[in-house]
Amino acid sequence: MIGDSSVFDTLVGGYWIPLVMKAAAVLIVFLVVPLAVGYMEHKVLAHMQARLGPMEAGAFHGWAQLVADGVKFIQKEDVVPTAADPGVFSLAPAVVLIPYIVTLVAIPFGPRLYALDLDVGVFFVLAMSSVGVIGILMAGWASANKFSLIGALRAAAQLIAYELPLVLVAAAVVMQAGSMSLLQITEAQSRYWNIVYPWQLVGFVIFMMAAVAELTRPPFDMPIADSEIIFGAYTEYTGLKFAFFLLSEYGGIVVMSAVASVLYLGGYQPLPGLAIIPGFLWMFGKIFALSFVIIWLRATFPRLREDQLQRFAWVGLTPLALALILVTSVYKVGV
Amino acid sequence: METQLHGGFGQGLVKGLSVTLRTMLHRSVTVQYPHVRPDLPARSRGVIALKQENCTVCYKCSRECPDWCIYIDAHKETHEPAGGGRARSAKILDRFAIDYALCMYCGICVEACPFDALFWSREFDYAEYDIHELTHEKERLEEWTYTVLPPPPLEVGAEAPEEASA
Repeated sequence: MIGDSSVFDTLVGGYWIPLVMKAAAVLIVFLVVPLAVGYMEHKVLAHMQARLGPMEAGAFHGWAQLVADGVKFIQKEDVVPTAADPGVFSLAPAVVLIPYIVTLVAIPFGPRLYALDLDVGVFFVLAMSSVGVIGILMAGWASANKFSLIGALRAAAQLIAYELPLVLVAAAVVMQAGSMSLLQITEAQSRYWNIVYPWQLVGFVIFMMAAVAELTRPPFDMPIADSEIIFGAYTEYTGLKFAFFLLSEYGGIVVMSAVASVLYLGGYQPLPGLAIIPGFLWMFGKIFALSFVIIWLRATFPRLREDQLQRFAWVGLTPLALALILVTSVYKVGV
Repeated sequence: METQLHGGFGQGLVKGLSVTLRTMLHRSVTVQYPHVRPDLPARSRGVIALKQENCTVCYKCSRECPDWCIYIDAHKETHEPAGGGRARSAKILDRFAIDYALCMYCGICVEACPFDALFWSREFDYAEYDIHELTHEKERLEEWTYTVLPPPPLEVGAEAPEEASA
């Protein structure tokens, strides 16, 4: 089912024009919001380390720093190692980046502000956000570099380990809402956000930890551990391809924050009494708040060891997530 | 498991988060240098300045210099006293240059100078595009003496400096 009640469909009739508008809107959001989050990371990380961060680019507190970085990346030489498999090597950044753009399609930014209302929204979003690891494996293998390969395999192992608790706690939310559509899940939270239920609060914490691990962000950044394996699967990349990997990291933060907002923080639902502020602002506010938390974690915690990470996922988070499903089903059946 | 020995589980994590958050909310002490000049202490060791009037060309500084970065050229002049008698000779400073590409800012020359001709100045931004231009002549060294600040007042209870009692 294509969500034909979205603002794009009611504004203009037909099939193609709304489709192009949706694609353009998703692309614009994907290109702008991750840059804003990237800038926020520069500044928040700097201030948490008692620095100022970028101050020169763009004259006002370095707001144009990431634009300048982008221009720099475009100018750089595009190096493909001699031993690399050039086709796979060049394809990998796109395989990492595109799934995150596609994920954004299913996320509702308002009651009528979404590109696509999928019946299987949660499934689609979680499946799409896991495709990226294939790109990382491709990058690691095609680079013909041992550090890249170690990083790629660590990324794959990490994704498998953390996808499980991620999906399980999302399943608990789906059970509570009675729908897999992200729009329906948001609507089900119009009275209480999911996070007010104690077991869903635990689920939220598990979700955020697993999301940070899935994004290979500190403290779960073993796949790119720069002090051990240089830069993991991205070691051999330069210029625009490297910029794609960076963009997909910030795009991933945005997408994961957006999914967490929809699942636990009521998406575009306002706090009681503050309904004057439009829904999409609430949604963006929640995305930025969760992105801030992800950056905050990076500034605070050192990297875990590879075996600690695996242990944490399999022994800690996964059983907890299973117990969560049990509690949710008891609540759903009993109440 | 070890965290439980000192306090509740996850207490360390919360403590860490609060440290970074508090740091973020405090104002950074960074000085935006090219836009704002840093207010350095009066005795900052930025550059070595030369007061030519006080120099007697004794060469003590250049001989004490560990990496031989001080260049001194001088000649001797004799003056016949007006009332007759033996001619008096004086050393005239022709060149005094410090090669700041070599100088390691040990300050031994300032210590060694017996007549207070060498001083530390706060100036620090005298970079050049060519390494040869880092050898600064006495005119430039003289200019730097204008930026030497009077010494800060002594701490309460400190001994009086030797020069004061001499």
